[in-house]
Amino acid sequence: MSTTKGAAVTTTGTATAGGATATAQAARLRVAGLTVHFHLPDATVHAVTEAAFQVEQGRCLALVGESGCGKSVMAHALLGLLPGNATVTGSAWLEQPGAPPLDLVAAPERVLARQVRGRLIGLIPQSPAAHLTPVRTARAQLAEAVREPGGRYPADELAERAGLRPEDLDRYPHQLSGGMAQRVANAIAQAGDPWLILADEPTTGLDRPLVDTTMAELRRLCDDGRAVLLITHDLRAAEQVADDVAVMYAGRIVEIAPAAEFFRGPRHPYAAGLLDALPTRAFTPIPGRPPELTRLPGGCAFRPRCARADDACAEPPRMTPDAPVACHHPLERHA
Amino acid sequence: MLEAHDITVRYGRRRVLDGVGIAVPPGTTVGLAGPSGCGKSTLARVLALLQRPAAGHVVIDGTPAPGWRHRAPRELRTAVALVFQQPRLAVDPRFTLAEIIEEPLRANRRPVDRAAELAEELGLTPDLLTRRPHEVSDGQLQRACVARALALRPRYLICDEMTTMLDVSTQAHLVARIEAYREAAGAGVLAISHDTDLLARWCGGKGRVLAWPPRSGRVPRPAASG
Repeated sequence: MSTTKGAAVTTTGTATAGGATATAQAARLRVAGLTVHFHLPDATVHAVTEAAFQVEQGRCLALVGESGCGKSVMAHALLGLLPGNATVTGSAWLEQPGAPPLDLVAAPERVLARQVRGRLIGLIPQSPAAHLTPVRTARAQLAEAVREPGGRYPADELAERAGLRPEDLDRYPHQLSGGMAQRVANAIAQAGDPWLILADEPTTGLDRPLVDTTMAELRRLCDDGRAVLLITHDLRAAEQVADDVAVMYAGRIVEIAPAAEFFRGPRHPYAAGLLDALPTRAFTPIPGRPPELTRLPGGCAFRPRCARADDACAEPPRMTPDAPVACHHPLERHA
Repeated sequence: MLEAHDITVRYGRRRVLDGVGIAVPPGTTVGLAGPSGCGKSTLARVLALLQRPAAGHVVIDGTPAPGWRHRAPRELRTAVALVFQQPRLAVDPRFTLAEIIEEPLRANRRPVDRAAELAEELGLTPDLLTRRPHEVSDGQLQRACVARALALRPRYLICDEMTTMLDVSTQAHLVARIEAYREAAGAGVLAISHDTDLLARWCGGKGRVLAWPPRSGRVPRPAASG
């Protein structure tokens, strides 16, 4: 594992080792060599393999990939919310000025529960309507989120900032529309004033105008100086808000690039295939299917589906800081 | 032709559908666009004979539906299949994926061999078929739901925001599978979505995209209705 120091780029693809390198002014999350395995009775699921990325305050990193590629598992690993049969290795450093760095992987549940969740990291969950407790009003749930971490703002103010009227808070989740439930979830995520927002598929099931609103809201959180890690399969949503894009395939991050460059011309053949599947582009699916995470092929995991694959691909490709794309035959970036 | 005429649906005092009509000819894909909450899903449920409207009638290949849900004759009920937006809410959590796909075949006492074929076609690997819904992703579960919808070779398939939860490659794949089924079986497809880019592409060429609310033309009302 090589070490890059002082490179305050959010697009560093290399796994960095060691924890006491918090030199930047902005707080950041630096994930290195993060690996998650699930142990089943007869198999091991390699959900995330050696993921490395960073996201700092004021920036939004979009983590994109097909369903089942390990994106959500990554989010849950960062929050210590994985089930008991999961093994997490590697590190995920929360580096904040004026505080010792905290490794989310090594931190005990006590620390995660009392210091991290809601206070340092706010989670915007997938399908917020299903995430809320059905038998309590939005206000009761938001008030709890404010009270427990000792939030700075009263529930009404948080709701207003999230675009809700105070009377909307007195409704039960089933009385909220998808967009309103989304805003309640946003307000709850911000209750403890966290600097890192983890948005796990926040646009699932929303229609375009609501996706636009949600993305504008995430952008506003970024511009307020928060770091946003957006986990999504919605490439168009990612394009609206992301500063950087990380593409995940079969549990590995295969390309990290600035968003503008990425959408102009991705370098990893898988990323190119994803963009070509958009209805506004070629609308052609990537041939084949993702590998089973219980039986990953040796070498490059995308090899069986890749038109550019050859014998070299039997060796697993590695990312380097110069070319953050895990491919032996990357595409040329269009000018 | 799958037709709905003058459909009106009320939830309590709220009228969600008011004299809506639509026609889906066999062998074509009709797109239906509209914002969320406008009643698209309700219309889909009425067309699949899953929900009884306050007024209006549904005609399947010239046969007016004499009832809804289990009051509809089996051959009419199974002629229309529905793929729901949220696969997780549309499956029994106690079933494995294989059982989910086989369920309509078992219920109609048909051989279950077709289930494995469909699973293969939709890109579900054998290791996934023994898992239960909570052990697979939304995309994988929706593939199983599409396989289930195609199990009885329906003459009409309604896709209600089928790909909203899914990644683009899965979306393109499922749409391609459904289009292949439509061409092979001559089935009619109603694609409901708020995503106009998707509908334009999906129905491009042969199909057409209707704006909300859809109205059927003046078709003489059949004798038996409701």
